[in-house]
Amino acid sequence: MGAVVVFCEVSDDGKAVRSASLPALTAAAELAKHQGGGVVAVVIGGPGLAAAAADAAKYAPRVLAYEGAALVAPLAETWAPQLADAVKRAGASALVGTATSTGKDVLPRAAALLGAGMASDVTGVLGAKELKRPAYAGNALEAVEVSGAVLVASVRQTAFAPAAPGAAGAVETVAVAAAEALGAEHLGVRGTKSARPELTDAKVVVSGGRGMREGANFKVLEELTDLMGGALGASRAAADAGMVPNDLQVGQTGKVVAPNLYVAVAISGAIQHLAGMKGSKVIVAINKDPEAPIFQVADYGLVATWEQAVPQMIAEVKKLKG
Amino acid sequence: MKILVTAKRVPNPEQKLKFGAGQIDLSAASWQVNTFDEYAVETALRLTEKGKGGERSGEVVVVSIGPKDVGTQLRGVLAMGADRAILVGAEDAALDAFAVASILKAVVEREKPDLVVLGKQTVDGDSNQVGQILAGLLGWPQATFLASIRAAADGKSATVTREVDAGVEEKRVRLPAVVTVDLRIIGKKAVRNEALAPEGAEWEETQRYASLKGIMAAKKKEIKEVALAELGVAAAPLMKVKTYEAPAGRKAGIKVASVEELVAKLHNEAKVI
Repeated sequence: MGAVVVFCEVSDDGKAVRSASLPALTAAAELAKHQGGGVVAVVIGGPGLAAAAADAAKYAPRVLAYEGAALVAPLAETWAPQLADAVKRAGASALVGTATSTGKDVLPRAAALLGAGMASDVTGVLGAKELKRPAYAGNALEAVEVSGAVLVASVRQTAFAPAAPGAAGAVETVAVAAAEALGAEHLGVRGTKSARPELTDAKVVVSGGRGMREGANFKVLEELTDLMGGALGASRAAADAGMVPNDLQVGQTGKVVAPNLYVAVAISGAIQHLAGMKGSKVIVAINKDPEAPIFQVADYGLVATWEQAVPQMIAEVKKLKG
Repeated sequence: MKILVTAKRVPNPEQKLKFGAGQIDLSAASWQVNTFDEYAVETALRLTEKGKGGERSGEVVVVSIGPKDVGTQLRGVLAMGADRAILVGAEDAALDAFAVASILKAVVEREKPDLVVLGKQTVDGDSNQVGQILAGLLGWPQATFLASIRAAADGKSATVTREVDAGVEEKRVRLPAVVTVDLRIIGKKAVRNEALAPEGAEWEETQRYASLKGIMAAKKKEIKEVALAELGVAAAPLMKVKTYEAPAGRKAGIKVASVEELVAKLHNEAKVI
């Protein structure tokens, strides 16, 4: 068996490996042990990729940097062939990346090009070809076997520790002169960037649900969130109703989070929401309905309306912080 | 515009799963169309609607892969307004995302649609792969997790928005293309075919439900059953589920009486603030 290729995304400033990709490097190292090969990191981007490639080299003995003007835009159409090329170039038997929005877009397309089977959202490595992953909104855990010469896996960011930097590996730059975009054009990203930490990285997450009734009411949750240095989240019901952008959605079809503290406010606790947060260390539920299913997973439950409880909680936390 | 749309049947996600001998027992499951596929059907229908005088133009063909019983769910999709259906016979156990995408590729090559619309994931397997693999196998452009889509008046491209980790991405794809839809796609103004619908055209903010008239009309619509052998595809799954188990449950904790008590416990006991 051969090496494990890891798709390392590049941070917004272009200088480092995106933190979301570090758990994929850990998962790849575990898989590489079973496969009996090494880890090969891959970075993809436009000219000026050297800094990110050098950063990737802290986590892997070998880095392939696919660099070219045609690769500036993050397009699955142009990026998936680079990943497929990397697998062939490294003689690899596996391709791994984190299940970020980019990973979810690009990795299955690379699997198609490789004729490879894929396991999504992997939470554990069981063997050279065997992986663990959740299905049915986290209500079932599957042990899956991927057959064929190459296996592809996207891994759940919160299920593996971020890789730690080590001795610098060797960087090989692959100059890509042309990449066929098949008529696809990236027209830009309208950022919803905020000063808050990313949902999937945050130590504290405060989420609001349908019971918040309207977007303006999230202000008070934002205040609590910022006071604790956390990230703001929401249930699918709140995102569906347009109260908040969909990228704040925590759940089966949104983001999966596992912070030290998760505060669910006015969230009933539908199965699909629980799938995204039940790995949190401590869960607090604030809901006016004592029968709400969220209380069945909460370490601390408070039966109260958010109108009463959240401003009080802000005051109490402020007192604590002096 | 001719649109191929997928509809997978899934067990009702509200039903509690029954585990036994490392497997999930679905013998008593009630089945329904995957929610994201319902959104895909809604998207496809909207792309053929609101022409001059309220006319529809184009064709929506729905395809499903599974046992014969899936006819029930397909009849429901036809009642929503799809024009005809294709049911490729296969056992669920013989399918993974790659096999499904390979079968869909064969259907696409027969039907030659301008656009393939899929739900971004199914709510049972949760894999989120089929659309991307299909696009890769076809060598077509892809646009995943759509929040909106606007088909150009000349029918040659579509401009979409997709919710990504960094915000909202805008992307344009040449047609034919494969797209997968997310929940925002059922917004009032999220879908528009510029060749048909006037600017500002609005739909109800939900996927549509079958009307009585739709149910009657669906009885006369075609569901064509196709065998795998006819398509010349051998569906051999590359990913197999060996065992299923229930995840470790999380125990309910305690109820606190006041916010003061809550914050004190979070500070002193749980030590998280």
